[in-house]
Amino acid sequence: MFDYHALAPELILGITLLAAIAVDLVVPERLKYLVGVTALLGLVAAALPLITLAACSGIAGCAATGPRVLFGGSYVVDDFALVLKGLFIVSGVISLLLSVGYLESDDYYQGEFYFLLLASVTGAVIMASARDLITIFVGLELVSAPAFLLAGWRKGDRRSNEASLKFFLTGVLSAAVMLFGMSLVYGLTGNITFAGIAQAITAFGLQSEPALVLAVVFVIVGFAFKISAVPFHFWAPDTYEGAPTPVAAYLSVGSKAAGFVGLLTICYQAFAPVRSIWGPILWVVAALSMTVGNLIALRQTNVVRLLGYSSIAHGGFILVPFAMAALYDQAGLADAFFGSITYVLFYAFLNLGAFAAVIAVVHKVGSTEITDWGGLNRYAPGLAALVTVFFFGLAGVPPLAGWFPKFVMFRAVLGVFESPWAIALAVIAAVNAVIALVYYAGVVKRVYMDNVPVNAPVDRVAGRRLAPSLVLALAITAAATVIFGFFPQLLAFFGDVTRAFVAAP
Amino acid sequence: MIINQFLVLAALLFSIGIYGVLVRRNAVLVLLSIELMLTAVNINLVAFGSYIQDTLRSGQVFALFVITVAAAEVGIGLAIVVLVFRNRASANVDELDLMRW
Repeated sequence: MFDYHALAPELILGITLLAAIAVDLVVPERLKYLVGVTALLGLVAAALPLITLAACSGIAGCAATGPRVLFGGSYVVDDFALVLKGLFIVSGVISLLLSVGYLESDDYYQGEFYFLLLASVTGAVIMASARDLITIFVGLELVSAPAFLLAGWRKGDRRSNEASLKFFLTGVLSAAVMLFGMSLVYGLTGNITFAGIAQAITAFGLQSEPALVLAVVFVIVGFAFKISAVPFHFWAPDTYEGAPTPVAAYLSVGSKAAGFVGLLTICYQAFAPVRSIWGPILWVVAALSMTVGNLIALRQTNVVRLLGYSSIAHGGFILVPFAMAALYDQAGLADAFFGSITYVLFYAFLNLGAFAAVIAVVHKVGSTEITDWGGLNRYAPGLAALVTVFFFGLAGVPPLAGWFPKFVMFRAVLGVFESPWAIALAVIAAVNAVIALVYYAGVVKRVYMDNVPVNAPVDRVAGRRLAPSLVLALAITAAATVIFGFFPQLLAFFGDVTRAFVAAP
Repeated sequence: MIINQFLVLAALLFSIGIYGVLVRRNAVLVLLSIELMLTAVNINLVAFGSYIQDTLRSGQVFALFVITVAAAEVGIGLAIVVLVFRNRASANVDELDLMRW
């Protein structure tokens, strides 16, 4: 019998998609938020089968059934997939909460927005389980295609148009480059499942085949666009700035994490026998992403652009454990995998929180320019404190949650052996962690120590109340940032269970 | 079956596509160049699929998926280009410079 239980989250999300369209058709204009409620309920409902699936897999202890393999190995629901599906659904819920108040104050088409956001989350959930080239390609396009439209949501705003077109052109170009690489992989190995590709590479002795090197490079470049790693990053800050801020939050967490999931599964499974090809490439990409992202972030005056460049730098940190993969043994590989996944998990909460704080402050101040945020502490002390929590959290200041993933990342790159390349990369990462503190602390300094700017529109908007959904999103992310800072094992546990992904042959 | 001529054709199409993306200034022509690259992918997939005599026909099936997704993306892309054209009366990608650095 077909295993509908394993596919339940995707089925529920698919049904909710259709329900969201139906609700959007029948409700009157002033009740459009009901579409958002439908989407939210669907996301929560999709999380329930994740819990029941986890109960009979390694996460809850009784590994009686093991990973569920569907469609001849193309679609696998293992602990790794469950953890990442959970992350995507949580980040979808928080992005939705951020959007509700923003869209109501904006008077734009609400119904379609929730539908597209939900479609994008569905694509990400599919990607977590995808174990062949076709599924991962379709999943990735399902993540990206709605996101192109979401980025251009403010139809009358030229910046939003520009954000959307830049995002679209780079997104489709990267997909084409990645597909060319995938077609070569298929031609060389005769397989499209990841396990089959890895076996064929070893069996045919393709490790030093030039065509395979080309194919691997094309696939990695395609994913590097999606995760906005330097030198394929140029679209990201423009898109984040022009897009509505909740969409930027989703792009920098949900869509980016989906890109990382694709990269992780392809690198650690399909291209596992050719680690010596992708390891050095990702060493360079990681070092460049951290350095360029942080140095350009230093001179930003717009807080959303600053977060855009800082998210590029964080992408570099997530890539650091990949870089030395060629030299690791099986245990070291599991450590590296754990390092990347844990960084993604922690970063998701911190970055969503930072964007939530930015949306809340912009609601009060009416500007994303950092200079206009001066003296925020005088008239909105609560928001000032939240900005401090999230920005110091992103910088990695203990006891806020950001310190733990950096620690794991350094342990992954240094802990297993001593190679000059590993030490060099760790030094670059350490220097960048310090540079990052400078610009995060710069924003906090403005908020606490500067005077309120004379021409600030504060009087006009200071009395505005925050939407309840935004307050809820702030509460969730702030609680996560503080609690996971003191008890990182609560979240790191979920990174730990994904180690099995590497251990499996 | 000799596969070389198909691979050369695909590589040429892909290169022409990349050249078009880099050189063309009109967003619609950039989009067409990307379509050319996707066509190269399809030629590759179908040629490999029949060359290795894959009993699952993975290559051909993959090509069908690529065609479908590409059609959907062109729909989205043209919508965005029309939107940009309405607001600025130009679809020139060089003029998209409101945001830099």
